[in-house]
Amino acid sequence: MGFLWGLLTQVVHLALMLVAAPLVVGVIRWLKARMMGRIGASPLQPLRDLRKLLLKRPVLAENASWISRAAPYAGAGAALAAVALVPSFARGMAFAPLADLVLIAGLLALGRVAMALAGLDVGTAFGGLGAAREMSFAALAEPALLLAVMSFAILAGTTGLDAIAGTFQEGALGLRVSLGLALVALLAVAVAENARIPVDNPATHLELTMVHEAMILEASGRHLALWEAAAALRLTLWLALLAAIFFPFGTAPSGFAPLGWLVGLVAWVAKIGVLCLALAAFESAIAKMRVFRVPEFLGAALLLGLLGALLLFVSTRLA
Amino acid sequence: MLTALSLTLAGLVMLAVLPLLALGRGWPVGAVVHGGSLLAAAIFAGCGLAALLGGAPAPQALMPGSWAPMLLALDGLSAWFLLLLGLAGACSALFALSHYGRAPARVLSAYPLFLAGMALTLLAADGFTLLLGFEGMSLASWALVAADHEQAENRRAARLYLIFAVASGICLVPAIGLLAAGGEITFAAMREAPPEGWRAAAVLALVVAGAGAKAGLVPLHAWLPLAHPAAPSHVSALMSGAMTKVAIYVLARLLLDVTGPAQPIWWGVPLLVLGAASAVLGALRANLEEDSKTLLACSTIENVGLIAIGLGLACAFRAADLGALAALAAGAAALHALNHALFKSLLFLGLGEVLHGAASRRLDRLGGLIHAMPWTAAAVLVGAGAAASLPPLSGFAGEWLLLQALLAAWRVGDLAFQVLAVGVAAMAALAAALAAAAMVRLFGMAFLGRPRTPRAAGAADGPWPARLALLLPAGLTVVFGLLPGPMLSLAEGALQALVRQDVTERATIAAIRVGDGAGAYMPIGIALLLAVLGAAIVFLVKRRAPSGVARSPAWDCGFIAPPQHLPFGDPITQPSAAGLGQPLRRMLGNPVLAVHEGVTMPPPGDPSPARIEAGFADPSDRLLLAPLARLRDAVVVRTERLRDLTLAQCLMLPFGTLVALLALIAWLEAR
Repeated sequence: MGFLWGLLTQVVHLALMLVAAPLVVGVIRWLKARMMGRIGASPLQPLRDLRKLLLKRPVLAENASWISRAAPYAGAGAALAAVALVPSFARGMAFAPLADLVLIAGLLALGRVAMALAGLDVGTAFGGLGAAREMSFAALAEPALLLAVMSFAILAGTTGLDAIAGTFQEGALGLRVSLGLALVALLAVAVAENARIPVDNPATHLELTMVHEAMILEASGRHLALWEAAAALRLTLWLALLAAIFFPFGTAPSGFAPLGWLVGLVAWVAKIGVLCLALAAFESAIAKMRVFRVPEFLGAALLLGLLGALLLFVSTRLA
Repeated sequence: MLTALSLTLAGLVMLAVLPLLALGRGWPVGAVVHGGSLLAAAIFAGCGLAALLGGAPAPQALMPGSWAPMLLALDGLSAWFLLLLGLAGACSALFALSHYGRAPARVLSAYPLFLAGMALTLLAADGFTLLLGFEGMSLASWALVAADHEQAENRRAARLYLIFAVASGICLVPAIGLLAAGGEITFAAMREAPPEGWRAAAVLALVVAGAGAKAGLVPLHAWLPLAHPAAPSHVSALMSGAMTKVAIYVLARLLLDVTGPAQPIWWGVPLLVLGAASAVLGALRANLEEDSKTLLACSTIENVGLIAIGLGLACAFRAADLGALAALAAGAAALHALNHALFKSLLFLGLGEVLHGAASRRLDRLGGLIHAMPWTAAAVLVGAGAAASLPPLSGFAGEWLLLQALLAAWRVGDLAFQVLAVGVAAMAALAAALAAAAMVRLFGMAFLGRPRTPRAAGAADGPWPARLALLLPAGLTVVFGLLPGPMLSLAEGALQALVRQDVTERATIAAIRVGDGAGAYMPIGIALLLAVLGAAIVFLVKRRAPSGVARSPAWDCGFIAPPQHLPFGDPITQPSAAGLGQPLRRMLGNPVLAVHEGVTMPPPGDPSPARIEAGFADPSDRLLLAPLARLRDAVVVRTERLRDLTLAQCLMLPFGTLVALLALIAWLEAR
């Protein structure tokens, strides 16, 4: 019976994430527009865009290979698989035993490589530029992510996301400086992985500054829809990941708990709303940095992760 | 079983003689030699598998009545590496069968000797046989590196390789001597009397230097990016896939097995530090190299570093009495060794096929090969995915285990070790991400985009045996990626030898578990999840969207169409190898690799193009090779003076040597 409830929460979770992903993108755009004094498009606009793109036939370059046709599906599949593993409103979902943080990082890398290969497929200058930058940023972001995971693994004794979320929700650990440092490190990694300001500007099509958009310049129709959906899913995944680890309040426990699910759902929507607001405020307040300043930004995240893990060692020694 | 293996070794030696007999007679010896090597590799793999499944046979002498007590044994550790050698050797021989049948006799006769040397090193049960095999392997591979000796750069690579091979021997011989201080050179006797005190430290330093130089550990890696590309492709595959693993085997055998479990925690620290340095340096260089095979050789340095990290962690965990974690770290090293042997062989053979088809190793002369060589492209994509450690391929399984072991390294309890482990974990993650960037660059430059030369446009896949040599390791890379649990159970014997601990309850078909309640990796589950979700996306999207695609010229932000005489567009409007490496070169290159970059502009009014020059210098050249070269010159200047000696002085030299030797013997007798 427990498995059945796990399956049910898993299906509801997937549906929730699929609905939430375009809305998250739309809400952030709308919030940013309001903060800048514009009226802004409706938060539903990304959904309409996706629908419109899905109904169009993609136009491929004459020398595009099967990589261009397969990569959007691989990218979206990897993003969806990773999204399926990050808990939202309830723990104990059917795929929870699979949800390992190192594996989630691996799935994100899979999506990234698919996108970089698609960028290189036609042999255009911008695709190559974007691919090289994207892979380079990831090279700096991944160690920072691993060090944050290390802090969690030391505190919770596992890299399984479900168990980490459960341990942190119980609150036995209390407030820890290391977790604060890990939070800042993860925020920086999340900003870089999702190509947000100050690392990349999701709204720009100015060639010299873009990273993510440069790789999908040649994509159109349903392929572009898939890339956009994958990007939205990835953003939602990072917000959900931050919520699950650092703000685990109200998440329903595993098993049958209809009231808990409802509370968890409301709490999750509130948490994601707050995170969207924070992201929009941050993006409105800060300027995009030069591409070659990004290593300093991510290097700081790496150092914070390192400091967090070291503090843990010292504090466990004192305790 | 050992008799069969001895006979196989003898057969390989006879195959080595055959091309010399056939010199000038025009016999088709290439097919015979490579066919025989294929058979021998299959026997190695079969015997390795049988020994892993059925238990180790009793040790026996290499040949009855030989002049030295040369013992062979096939315990779990040997069998695991023999399986690896067999698989990599089979792919390499299969590839050689279709491409290198007309190779000159020096290549044909060195190839089976190379295989035999590696197998003998793995089978040795005493120090002498181990050294015999190791040196045979070094010498035969030197002949293979020098195969294309008409080119000056290959001669230089072979010379450097020989110097490093001799240096390995110079380190390993005294190491074995120190281990065999009791007078017995069998491993069983060495295990009884593990070295202590200064002898232990000396053994550690000598073995790390000797076997590490062969494996390509920093700072003794300078030969590797030169020698691997210089050899013919099937030999590069074998050198990168198998020979570095044989060196790793020597490292593991001497430092983890023979010296016994009674070593302190710091025993693993040199491996850990050098491994982390190799991983980062190799991966970073792989992002800067512009020659496809050099790039792969640098990626080999990275992977050898990761395997060394696993071994070093296993030592530390074992010393801290954390048996389960030690098995985890050793399992990560063993699994990654096998997986790397396969995917690196695949990549070298794939790029060898490219070298045949498109006649270049330089990334800036390839491009668009996915259209001309679809089979090769698909196989290389699998290998590149594994090298980039993407789930659910085999590279990720080993990397996952290694990262889990690193994440648990704080349990050792020593604060200095914990700090070290955090640093090593960050460097391992950095290396993995850099490897992904390097593999995207390799595949993107060679196979994607537009052809950069007419030869690249006219390439074609190889004949079927060569295709099979690519598809076999590609298939195994996928299978081993899905089944790391059974592979870990299979490596049980090897782990027993390394850390005296078994892993059976942690590794099942569906999952590998780190420990009670800790993380688990379920590759089959994740592959199914990816497949089901991917299929659902395809189904849903295709149901809504209009079918098919339209074709048109590339959009490229409105870039103008190329002129008529450039059917594939202007090559310089495509990303170049240096361009793809530029972000990492600027971000990470400077602290380590002394990167320089400069633009030379033409004078005002001159319409000639500006030129950008970029390069880097490996720190080992500056810090190790250059001082050694200066030392050599100084020694030569000194020894040159010997020429001016008078006759009496010349006679004094041998006399003085004789007296000194007699005095040494007298002193030893008196002790």
